[in-house]
Amino acid sequence: MHSDRAPLGLKIAAGFGLAFMHLPILLIFVYAFTTEDKSYQWPPPGFTLKWFGVTWGRSDVWEALALSLKVASISTVIALVLGTLCAAAVSRTKFFGREVISLLVILPIALPGIITGISLRSAFNLADIPFSFWTIVLGHATFCVVVVYNNAVARFRRVSGSLVEASMDLGANSFQTFRYVIMPNISTALLAGGMLAFALSFDEVIVTTFTAGQQQTLPIWMLEELVRPRERPVTNVVAMVVVLVTFLPILGAYYLTRGTDTVAGQGK
Amino acid sequence: MTSAIRFSGVSRHFGDVKAVDGVDLDIAEGEFFAMLGPSGSGKTTCLRLIAGFERPTSGTIEIFGKVVQDTPPYKRDVNTVFQDYALFPHLNVRDNVAYGLMIAGLAKKNRHKSADDALEIVALGGYGDRKPSELSGGQRQRVALARALINQPKALLLDEPLGALDLKLREQMQEELKVLQRNLGITFVFVTHDQSEALSMADRVAVFDAGKIIQVGTPEAIYYRPERPFVADFVGSSNVLPPEFVAKLTGTMAYGAVRPEAVYLADHGHSACVKTVSFLGTATRVSLDVAGTPMTMLLPKGALIPKSGETVLIDWAAHDLHVMHP
Amino acid sequence: MNRNSGPLGRISDALWRKPSLLIFLLILPPALWLGIIYLGSLFALLAQSFFSIDEFTGQIQYEWTLKTYGELFRPSNFDIIIRTVVMATAVTIGAAIIGFPVAYYAARYARGKWKAVFYLGIMMPLWSSYLVKVYAWKLILAKEGILNWLFETLHLSWLLEAYLSIPIIGGNSLSVSATGTFLVFLYVWLPFMILPIQASLERVPVSMLEASGDLGARPSQTFRHVLLPLALPGVIAGSIFTFSLTLGDYIIPQIVGSSRRFIGQAVYAFQGTAGNIPLAAAFAVVPILLMAVYLWIAKRKGAFDAL
Repeated sequence: MHSDRAPLGLKIAAGFGLAFMHLPILLIFVYAFTTEDKSYQWPPPGFTLKWFGVTWGRSDVWEALALSLKVASISTVIALVLGTLCAAAVSRTKFFGREVISLLVILPIALPGIITGISLRSAFNLADIPFSFWTIVLGHATFCVVVVYNNAVARFRRVSGSLVEASMDLGANSFQTFRYVIMPNISTALLAGGMLAFALSFDEVIVTTFTAGQQQTLPIWMLEELVRPRERPVTNVVAMVVVLVTFLPILGAYYLTRGTDTVAGQGK
Repeated sequence: MTSAIRFSGVSRHFGDVKAVDGVDLDIAEGEFFAMLGPSGSGKTTCLRLIAGFERPTSGTIEIFGKVVQDTPPYKRDVNTVFQDYALFPHLNVRDNVAYGLMIAGLAKKNRHKSADDALEIVALGGYGDRKPSELSGGQRQRVALARALINQPKALLLDEPLGALDLKLREQMQEELKVLQRNLGITFVFVTHDQSEALSMADRVAVFDAGKIIQVGTPEAIYYRPERPFVADFVGSSNVLPPEFVAKLTGTMAYGAVRPEAVYLADHGHSACVKTVSFLGTATRVSLDVAGTPMTMLLPKGALIPKSGETVLIDWAAHDLHVMHP
Repeated sequence: MNRNSGPLGRISDALWRKPSLLIFLLILPPALWLGIIYLGSLFALLAQSFFSIDEFTGQIQYEWTLKTYGELFRPSNFDIIIRTVVMATAVTIGAAIIGFPVAYYAARYARGKWKAVFYLGIMMPLWSSYLVKVYAWKLILAKEGILNWLFETLHLSWLLEAYLSIPIIGGNSLSVSATGTFLVFLYVWLPFMILPIQASLERVPVSMLEASGDLGARPSQTFRHVLLPLALPGVIAGSIFTFSLTLGDYIIPQIVGSSRRFIGQAVYAFQGTAGNIPLAAAFAVVPILLMAVYLWIAKRKGAFDAL
């Protein structure tokens, strides 16, 4: 029955599911070109490119974008370090508390974001830490660790057994083994994990609302526009650009891990 | 003979599991030494103790007279051929073989030259640019061998290196390894669970069971003069006779062993009930029940073959009964 | 040979002699980060749920009490919890119904190029911006938006109005109705349901389905008696995501939906404008408890193997 073609009903249902997932996003692309600027009128009365120019000139958008990129970069670097260390330790041997560590890594993303957010905020309050760039990074890095960890741990398992022993057997010490055997074998997994962590941080809004104070990341800027629309066409253009920008790391991560044991992305 | 590897009271415990339990061992320089035993008997752990991947819980390990418990693997003069070959997937065959030289700091040109020479010796000349994933199992095995030998170790450790190969290739590699060992003149320590492999290749064999060495000796000694029922049973499936049986025959209360091929049909002797008859090609194997003791005999081609269910008389020459230590 | 002398060599030797030291050094930074920053904050929050607030002064009283938890059972608060749980359940069931065929097709029938299309087709919506996805629905559900336009063009506006007049799920327009909230939740969390189902279906060997057919089962019987039970851990794993994510979200109901609040909004409001941190913390414990129970059940059903 495997070689059978799919039943028509299943084809329609699967097609409907995919359409349901994609059509709304495509709609964004149409709205970015609409001439209407007071409402969400459909069909658009006309098409124009002028909102791209308007958006280009908006300094608040640029500032939000810059902050988001900075936060995502630093958070990704921290998550890469912590996630890799964690994966290395967990894959290496069975040690006491290994399950606890796995759970601890997954918890920040398994629990609703609002809990992570409000916990951090009340902790900042209790400790008298003022909101800053670093309070945002603190939150983002925490939930990005799991993405790197998930990507790295499977690859580490494959490397950590006899390949490491073979390298040591041939005269390489721990550091040489890390450099010549472990790194080359896990680098694509780390790169993929890093890209996904970047995408996750770049897009995050729930935790950020609690840790940003008055600062605006791009998602926070979007949220403001959603709650209190000011200039709808600019929001449309930003939304479209955000969609395009987040696609790149996803595609990259996909091509990096294609054909290996685990494909990136399941970890979100 | 100088001793290449010596274990004195070596144990390796994993929690409550005594993987290696008080092993004494002396492997001579230039010897082809096999460690034989069922899986989980401690033979592989012993090899890993020599290589330095495990550290003994207690006891002393010497490699060429040097105490090595505190020496990491990368400072030991031994190299390993791994069961799964452990070739580096990100390096091509040449760089795999040259890895040890690269770590030792040899210039690229020199180490590539040496690697190509080594590949030539294992009949893989011209394969240097391939990735390990593009090679067959037998070819990977040769690469692993070349990679381990390029460092010119004083002893080569082989962990079930032929386990993943098919029968024909395995027999061919057995021959090649023997020739290689003789030509190089270095010590080979070979772990296997295949008794025929151990017996055909090794100068001496150590039989392992439950973390202990049961018997060490030449293949002939292991085969014909097993010291324990386990050895008789595991190595070439000898008939193990219970002490009561042996006492009746010899007066000694001890286990005895009779090779299946030493048993023959006779006019006088022990009455035996034929259970099953299996044709093996060169011989026929007959399973018997001798007064409650299961036995097998191998009848050569052309012999009279009894039928299952028949009762026959069997016997063996007195010198073919090996009486073990009481 | 220049073999591993120098400080790095000595550190390497030490790590070999004490492998547990290496593990300890590896695990220390992440354990400190997650243990102090994350768990520390989490426990600080939980601890506050055992404090209460003075009704007259609005000051937090630092005395251990269960009074705040009692407040959760006040009708206005308890309604919020029930509403959220019902919504999370509805979203989970909806996602399973829409997601299963996609996952099934992707796992069983998609081959070669189509496999990649399905993979990216599920992964792209999963990873595209959460806010943009919500925004897209604001556009769709708007009064002058595409959905109303569609109903009008098809002369079916009466149908939509009849639907919106139904209490609880209806409202003035789709964008301020519970149905609207449901649609957005469903849309945003759907990929989280599909992936685990697909993973569990891909692990079903084809020979098992052939065996069922061989034993005389019709395809529909094979589906019901073989495939569905085997896919169940995947569905449960997916439901963990859809359920948990809906429980904790406060942005979607704020942007699309009626004024009736969900747990996330309550937490946000109580910690923010109301300044009632203890009650906010107690509210935050509700999803944690619900998820703990849910995970416990899921674990017994073997759902974690499908993650």
